Amino acid sequence: MKRFSVKTVVAIGIGAALFFVLGRFVSIPSGIPDTNISIQYGVLAFIAAVFGPIAGFLAGIIGHFFIDFSFGWGVWWSWVIASSIFGCIMGLATMKIDIDNGEFALKEIIIFNVSQIVAHLISWVGVAPALDILFYKEPANKVFIQGLTSAGINILATAVVGTLLCVAYAAARPKKDSLKEEQ
Amino acid sequence: MNNLFNYIDKESPVHRLTGATKFVCLLLWNFAAMYTYDTRYLCVMAVLSFVLFAVSKIKLKEVSFMLGFTAVFVLINNVLVYVFSPQHGTEIYGTCTYLFGLSGKYAPTAEQLFYHLNYFLKYLASIPSVILFVSTTNPSEFAASLNKLGVKYTVAYSVALALRYIPDVQKEYDEISKAQQARGIEMSKKAPLMKRIKSAASILIPLILSSMDRVEIVSNAMELRSFGKNKKRTWYMGRPFKWTDIAAMIFCAFLVIVAVFLNFKNNGRFFNPFI
Amino acid sequence: MDTILKFENFGFKYDAQTSPTLYDINFSVKKGEKVLIAGPSGCGKSTLVHCINGLVPFSYKGKITGSLSLFGRETRDMSLFEISKHVGTVLQDSDAQFVGLTVAEDIAFALENDCVGEPELHDRVMDVAKLVNIDEFMGHAPTELSGGQKQRVSLGGVLVDDVELLIFDEPLANLDPATGKQAIELIDELQKKTGVAVIIVEHRVEDVLHRSVDRMILMDKGRIVADATPDELLSTNALIEKGVREPLYLSAMKYAGIEVTPSLRPGSIDTVVIGEAEAGKLRDWYEHAPADRKPAEAEDILDVRHLSFSYDGTRKALNDISIKIKSGEMLAIVGTNGAGKSTFSKVLCGFEHEDDGEIFFEGGDFKGFSIKERADRIGYVMQNPNQMISKIMIFDEVALGLRSRGVSEEDIKTRVEDTLKICGLWPFRNWPVSALSYGQKKRVTIAAIMVLEPKVIILDEPTAGQDYRHYTEIMEFLTELNKRGITVIMITHDMHLMLEYADRAVAFSEGRIIKDADSAAILTDSGIIERASLKETSLYELCKKAGIPDGTDFVRRFIAYEREVVRQ
Repeated sequence: MKRFSVKTVVAIGIGAALFFVLGRFVSIPSGIPDTNISIQYGVLAFIAAVFGPIAGFLAGIIGHFFIDFSFGWGVWWSWVIASSIFGCIMGLATMKIDIDNGEFALKEIIIFNVSQIVAHLISWVGVAPALDILFYKEPANKVFIQGLTSAGINILATAVVGTLLCVAYAAARPKKDSLKEEQ
Repeated sequence: MNNLFNYIDKESPVHRLTGATKFVCLLLWNFAAMYTYDTRYLCVMAVLSFVLFAVSKIKLKEVSFMLGFTAVFVLINNVLVYVFSPQHGTEIYGTCTYLFGLSGKYAPTAEQLFYHLNYFLKYLASIPSVILFVSTTNPSEFAASLNKLGVKYTVAYSVALALRYIPDVQKEYDEISKAQQARGIEMSKKAPLMKRIKSAASILIPLILSSMDRVEIVSNAMELRSFGKNKKRTWYMGRPFKWTDIAAMIFCAFLVIVAVFLNFKNNGRFFNPFI
Repeated sequence: MDTILKFENFGFKYDAQTSPTLYDINFSVKKGEKVLIAGPSGCGKSTLVHCINGLVPFSYKGKITGSLSLFGRETRDMSLFEISKHVGTVLQDSDAQFVGLTVAEDIAFALENDCVGEPELHDRVMDVAKLVNIDEFMGHAPTELSGGQKQRVSLGGVLVDDVELLIFDEPLANLDPATGKQAIELIDELQKKTGVAVIIVEHRVEDVLHRSVDRMILMDKGRIVADATPDELLSTNALIEKGVREPLYLSAMKYAGIEVTPSLRPGSIDTVVIGEAEAGKLRDWYEHAPADRKPAEAEDILDVRHLSFSYDGTRKALNDISIKIKSGEMLAIVGTNGAGKSTFSKVLCGFEHEDDGEIFFEGGDFKGFSIKERADRIGYVMQNPNQMISKIMIFDEVALGLRSRGVSEEDIKTRVEDTLKICGLWPFRNWPVSALSYGQKKRVTIAAIMVLEPKVIILDEPTAGQDYRHYTEIMEFLTELNKRGITVIMITHDMHLMLEYADRAVAFSEGRIIKDADSAAILTDSGIIERASLKETSLYELCKKAGIPDGTDFVRRFIAYEREVVRQ
């Protein structure tokens, strides 16, 4: 499943569509003024876990690019790239998890969450501010604090949304169980 | 018509350029505007942007909601920069000229204000080109143009599929969210933070599971119609390059060259009037 | 070569399953033939379609036995792409098949993948668009098209390849009755024009037989149980025995004691011979059939007055709707897509807010009630259960609404268990939802609404895509709830559902109610039928043939007879 097939092409497209819709139209206030919870990263982590790093990378880049596009505030390349790197790292980190065959128990939950924390930190405290400084010469203070806030919120959202999605998907995969009716 | 990103169908020289050309120009233009902090050059690019608007026959009124988002975004970013780095201008330009007889960390300096002016000009030079691209490029042509620029056609088609299924996903999200709200799912500020995120998950689970079914059916549908058969494919919406396309790309490449040249001339990315 | 497709002792087993899905399949399709394949859900007809178009074994892995050949070549030795040059598949879900951004791009899809260049590409797309009569909508996005138009695009998208065999997988599933009728006519026309062979897989036999087919294949449990002409097959009881609905006119004839033989040409209402003897029997049955029962008097539970609503501020999706619904009623809302029937239910549930008008629930004003508060009184069940289920375990799914309302765990346990018992889900209480069938999932979503104890329950297309057995199962369950005093409102395209289960039907058209009467009266009123995109019931035509003057009364008695005699 994690090889690049027509299914992956479709998953990237629909994954990007999901990322876009959730990022663009769904706002869940975080409690911090003007900052919404980006639940789309939970979905991106899930797509990456099921379809692999290339799918995670491309769904992130396309989805984020479209969000910037539709607002018209210019394409903020540094953050677009950070999103796609997050998707890519999540895909790589979960290569060994066979979620398609219903494998997502405690061990996988831990792997998934440790990876997502690391991936978010790399993306938002590493890549995004570094590129902001390189591309736009933004003040370091500002971009690191923005990055830290985003990382915190995204980690929280991914921990809940991403984990629940993976667990639900793994449970919904057909398995040969011997379920018995009870009277 | 297909109008997710505010595409405005008109007859103009900008509309007549191929999507591929416009995409290349967008990238070059943005690179130039991103790269330079030369105030004079940013002014020239900003003026050019507005000239292009006139050429494309897109009226500001037609893109006003996008300008609105941009204004808020610019404002917030300016405030953030000032709050977190009130001395950023001083660091860049190497001098410190306090204004209005004030002094201290948050006191306004000429350098800081000049930096903000540049920051603002940067938006003015780059954002109109994005809005212009969005308003003059038929989304149907976008995927075709990516392929033309050397992006693999499978990836280009992912982009087309994203555009295709965004309205469907949006509608489905809306329906599921209403039905779940009826069952008592709460996402507004009334609910505590963790509950809000969990509520989001109970809307997302059915949405994602049904999207995964969709992935399966759509990929079957595509394979049954020979997607992936050859190493390349043609595009119904693809258009051949004309001389105007070449000219537009050369012009935008020239913008980048000027930006790089100014970088050498100014000994850095900033134009410094303070020394 | 005359034979296009040939199955010989063919069998198939999916890798993930322990026993085969198809056994001993033997049949062939000749050039220009038209074959209908019918059978209940799970009979293997979808797998059969996948075998023909190559998804088995190329996308779905498994073990093939026997032989399946296309133009004399074993398909397993061909590639998926080679097969698709000969076989075109129109999928059930026309939204999923529509992969282009616009009509023109979607029709062009297969050609683009074959690297067809200009100007041939544009020319061929235009020719096909004209053939399926969609050429005026070339620049339209799928969201701007009706279900019937989308299906035409799907058809165009496979015809562009000059295929010799067309497969339609449940072509009627997502269409309203009138559009379904047009689809069957279009398929027939195209077949005559192009000479392709056609396989239609569908359990709505009567609707497909609106235009003649050469053969009917009936499947059950992975085997072919009958392969005959429609006239021959419909003269037996095979359909009913295998859980496929037989045409209504045929049921009526059987009730009247007519012995159906192939010589009566029972394959279609247009061909069936009603001679003097048959007409006499029908008239005799009609006169002795029980009269329609009178609806019981009850209080109004919902009183809607002059309701208007618009999504965009210009076009009114609801225009001055006034309706009273009685407590304990079972009501059907019918009409085309976009007629306002779904919007009406959304406004009732508070998903959208009315611009004008009033809603009274048990005499009290509904204004100012939130979505959540309304949900305690009016429950809403979506069409697709997969769009509602968000918990892994059945118990948690049903408990969700109570938990979010802060009910104590102890009360939740008793209420959920009671609801599970009522809904026939008690044996599965400790199962994950994913282990259930589609019909059972539907029950879970209804249970999840019923646990909040609403007095009214609205269901959007409760039986869409269900075969006869699941349809009956769901509808009997709703009747059961209705008998417990729940008012049931069903939004539907299904004319059988209207006839068999609704006390009353309300027809919507362009945001207005155009008729509010019993189902028999609506389905025999040609003006309403046309405006609400319905189809005249074949019973009415049967009456004409038998010389029974009051068709509406005949239909009423037929319904009453089915309810009181047959179903008991």
